[in-house]
Amino acid sequence: MSRVQVPCHIKGAVALQVGDVRTVQGRPGVLVIDVTFPTAGPIELQEITFKNYYTAFLSIRVRQPGSPNKWITCLRDYCLMPNPHNEEGAQDYVSLYKHQMLCDMEKVLELRLILRQPSPLWLNFTLEDLQFFQHGPQSPSSAFTKWLSHPAPYEQPALLLQQALPDPDKVSSEVQQMWMLTEMIRANRTTARIGRFDVSCPAASAFSPLALTWPGLTSSVCVTGGWLL
Amino acid sequence: MLQEEEDLSLTIAHIVQKLKGSRLYSQLERQAWVSLQKPEIKLESLKEDIKEFFRITGWEKKLQNAVYSELTVFPLPRHPAAPPEHLKEPLVYMRKAQGSWEKRILKSLNSMCTELSIPLARKRPVVEQKELLNKWNEMGTDEPDLSLFRPVYAPKDFLEVLINLRNPNYENGDHLNLRTHLGLIQVPLKVKYISELKDYFIELSLNTGQLGIDDATQVPPELFENEHVRLGQKVLAEQDSAAAQQYVRQGSPTALRAELWALILNVSNQPEDLLYYEQLKSNVIQHDLLVDSLIYKDVKLTASNDDYYFVFEDYLYQVLLCFSRDTSVLGHFAYNSASPPKSYIRGKLGMEDYAVFYPPNGVIPFHGFSMYVAPLCFLYHEPSKLYQIFREMYVRFFFRLHSISSHHSGIVSLCFLFETLLQTHLPQLFYHLREIGAQPLRISFKWMVRAFSGYLATDQLLLLWDRILGYNSLEILAVLAAAVFAFRAVNLMEVTSLAAAEAVLADLSTLKVMPLLQIFLFATVT
Repeated sequence: MSRVQVPCHIKGAVALQVGDVRTVQGRPGVLVIDVTFPTAGPIELQEITFKNYYTAFLSIRVRQPGSPNKWITCLRDYCLMPNPHNEEGAQDYVSLYKHQMLCDMEKVLELRLILRQPSPLWLNFTLEDLQFFQHGPQSPSSAFTKWLSHPAPYEQPALLLQQALPDPDKVSSEVQQMWMLTEMIRANRTTARIGRFDVSCPAASAFSPLALTWPGLTSSVCVTGGWLL
Repeated sequence: MLQEEEDLSLTIAHIVQKLKGSRLYSQLERQAWVSLQKPEIKLESLKEDIKEFFRITGWEKKLQNAVYSELTVFPLPRHPAAPPEHLKEPLVYMRKAQGSWEKRILKSLNSMCTELSIPLARKRPVVEQKELLNKWNEMGTDEPDLSLFRPVYAPKDFLEVLINLRNPNYENGDHLNLRTHLGLIQVPLKVKYISELKDYFIELSLNTGQLGIDDATQVPPELFENEHVRLGQKVLAEQDSAAAQQYVRQGSPTALRAELWALILNVSNQPEDLLYYEQLKSNVIQHDLLVDSLIYKDVKLTASNDDYYFVFEDYLYQVLLCFSRDTSVLGHFAYNSASPPKSYIRGKLGMEDYAVFYPPNGVIPFHGFSMYVAPLCFLYHEPSKLYQIFREMYVRFFFRLHSISSHHSGIVSLCFLFETLLQTHLPQLFYHLREIGAQPLRISFKWMVRAFSGYLATDQLLLLWDRILGYNSLEILAVLAAAVFAFRAVNLMEVTSLAAAEAVLADLSTLKVMPLLQIFLFATVT
């Protein structure tokens, strides 16, 4: 099913803590993120996608236009990390769907995400790359151009030149077969290797010994002495 | 519910796409065409009749084995928003650590190259090619001058990297506090508790028969061994991968082991595989890689000096030299946190069109790499089958032992599991060893990185590797390491230095693996 991303405004995370932030030791275990949809008005929410960063439990509350002053809980303590002290699930990509919610998401004005991380081991926790999706448009068959649905009347074939132009009827029938072949090959596309026809190890005298590199790394490395035998 | 159905159909589509280009697909198609001539196949019920035909002739089993193999080896398709690096390794800081480790190895290889002024790869002159072809079966007699070559790295260097692995989001101050781990590994990975291990390794429990315990000479074979061998022959007759994997958890009889392992790894000796091996062999003969000298050096240093494996020296060369030219190994980097190094044609540094992977299979051998192959030589005598088995075992298990990853079978998790088990069940021993400066991981790391190859007696090692295949996980290595420490605990409590502790644990060749595992998992009072 198609889906369309909804532009949203995500307010920064607010930590909830008892007492004065400056004097109390220890880190907050609860964060609240507010999400509004300024351009789209009340939307029908289909899917929420995000990348977890050390959040253990997630609750979501929504505000709907029917009762604008009430927050309704649509997800309660959804577990993202089975053990908050371990790394399991700590940096996973997660999708939440409409059918997992406790209330219906037909019209959503505003969302409030409540993140909890009870373990004191982690310095920070949050959700990254939050994205919201609603239902996309129906399949594109509705928009038919006029010239496709009203074919042009039969035209006389243009005069053939006497030189070696092939007969258009014959060519068109062969083109049809070739098109079918390409469609078959495209349908059979596979990720398996062809095997015997792999390129063998290339002619090697051209390799420069200084040219080995790993792609995409920018961190600097210090080589400590004595680790070569 | 809806989500699970979607996941299932995605998995099915993924596997179908993978299998569609394989040899099995074309064979099945050909068989289906052939079956049309048979009288049992009727046009009205064509689909069911062909399915029945496949079932009777054993082709359905082959397809099942192929699907099972795909499910076991390849992780499931990822979340659509996740980049491919996430499939290799979900934790960002581990990816970075692996990247800088690879950069270090690379720098070392480059500096060795420039020092010795040897090209990374060169085409052999025709005379040399002929000579190598003649000597192919006895490359061990060759004595090239390898004194200037050094192995690129050794397990102890890798251990230092793992010790310094830190999660930037984790609270570990420089001073010792309640959050610092007492062992060497300081990352809080998920490892199984002993109760979870007991459930996981349920087939190793005290009331289940095991080969390695219940086939000892004092035990009459009617009690367990005969029945187990009969069952093994039945499994082989059925040619069912999943059943073989379950069977091997209780050990595999020596006579059936080679075929059972080939069945579990879904390796069959087709003519195409033989041809592929011959093609690799011709690649070896035509081109000479710097990595070849590293392999020579490694075999000479490790396997040739070992009492059990020196006879297989020639086989090791034949397998490892071909392995480093096998580009199909590059496929496993999709789920390996490591990445293959790239090399550029001279003068075209940085241009992607002129980049190739070096070595062609992307794996740089380290000190002790040849010990992964050596025990397999006892099982397989044909070089092409030995090669295929080794390649399958590498892309399923051994690659995890030398790359930094958070996978539960990765070496970091194994080290953490070992230390956790030791701390939980032998706290006095752990404390004592820590006090004398002999952190237990420093001694057991080299065992786990080599999967105990070269440390245990070969029959015990093969029993251990039976369980690795049976459970499709390397966690048993960490459990065995802890069990060895538990066995020698009394002696270890009396030592006063790291050297003395290493001396106590130097010789493991007399140990029996299965009783140690059983006692540690099921008979230790906690």
